[in-house]
Amino acid sequence: MAKNDLKLLGGWFSPFALRVQVALNLKGLDYEVVEQTLSPKSELLLKSNPVHKKIPVLLHADHKPICESLIIVEYIDEVWTNAPSILPQKPYDRANARFWLSYIDDKLLTSTKSILMAEDDEAKKPHLEQIEEVLEKMEEVFNKYSEGKAFFGGDTIGLIDIGFGSFMSWIRVTEDIIGIKVLDEARNPSLAQWAQSFAAHPSVKGLLPETPKLTEFAKLLILQWTASAR
Amino acid sequence: MANEVVLLSTWPSMFGMRVRIALAEKGVKYEYKEENLQNKSPLLLQMNPIHKKIPVLIHNGKPICESAIIVQYIDEVWNHKAPIMPSDPYQRAQARFWVDYIDNKMYDTWRKMWLSTGEEHETWKKELISIFKQLEETLGDKPFYGGDTFGFVDIGLIPFYSWFYTFETYGNFKMEAVCPKLIAWAKRCMGRETVSKTLPDEKKVYDHVVGMKKALESK
Repeated sequence: MAKNDLKLLGGWFSPFALRVQVALNLKGLDYEVVEQTLSPKSELLLKSNPVHKKIPVLLHADHKPICESLIIVEYIDEVWTNAPSILPQKPYDRANARFWLSYIDDKLLTSTKSILMAEDDEAKKPHLEQIEEVLEKMEEVFNKYSEGKAFFGGDTIGLIDIGFGSFMSWIRVTEDIIGIKVLDEARNPSLAQWAQSFAAHPSVKGLLPETPKLTEFAKLLILQWTASAR
Repeated sequence: MANEVVLLSTWPSMFGMRVRIALAEKGVKYEYKEENLQNKSPLLLQMNPIHKKIPVLIHNGKPICESAIIVQYIDEVWNHKAPIMPSDPYQRAQARFWVDYIDNKMYDTWRKMWLSTGEEHETWKKELISIFKQLEETLGDKPFYGGDTFGFVDIGLIPFYSWFYTFETYGNFKMEAVCPKLIAWAKRCMGRETVSKTLPDEKKVYDHVVGMKKALESK
């Protein structure tokens, strides 16, 4: 596949764009990343995703753009059917994988944003509880699905690994900013181990943003969120 | 293996209607259990401990939650007839995008309009109307969102038709005036027995919503 048949409108800071990159790498595909900024948004981004105006967007050959990270990942899995498969084979396992990602996007992402915006410890409390609850749940899910192997997908990374793993850098940054460790080797030993395995995977290596750089970025983003919330 | 299918839902739920339409399209026999959301059954709490929400499909004792996920599951398991998802991966991605759009925007915006007054209410009303206009634009001149055939986005959106009267009454606008093509599409969908037998009467939905508001306000 020629390099310019696949273009990803992404951003080094975006866990959502990272999901797509990992999927593309997993399938061994050649692609071009067009790095985007949150503001101002490029003409290309606004034209490619007029509904949400967000990254990631995958531009594939003559097709119209494909938007929403998990939808893009499923698309990649369905078009490039070479191994490894990203989604499980059986319908029940597929439904489960989709369910857990919907859970993560619904609960973890919103509570992370909320905790970063919280002004004091009192305000942080409910969001901290939510984050801890999600991580505890995902520890259970990992123990159940991995069957003693390195990933949620077993021997190879699958949908949950990609969807959840891409968020790890932001968890580290959140821990730094709020001064509380949430992904704890003591409380979530399996997840702590898995996070390392994910980071070391050939499709992921080098793509995870470094914590200091991402922390700087996050601090600016929090200011923007706070300003627009007023 | 016996094919035991149970659906936990409530009659006014658009999300539950999606699942009922999908099961009907596939000709799947199932047991329906009406839930009382003020007094959730032990079965519901056991089958959806994370969200404690309906709909939940229980297939041979195993639960599947989240309506869009359930509909895709139904399509993948009962793949012998009436395909719901398009066969082309690109069309599938587009279908998933629009159901995701409906899920992210429609219900929340309606709820905000429903529970607000004055200027805030007007803002949410405009937002709700723009969502419908976007969906009308997406449909274009096709008979269904799936093209010639009734599919995932059609199933995703048509249950909201039973709520249009409620939206219109609380929002003080007419869908026919705002998006006539969408109304034409809805009537086309209602020509399918799987849809017309599933959607409840719109006035009954309205009375139910009025009741819900009274209950909220009395708290």
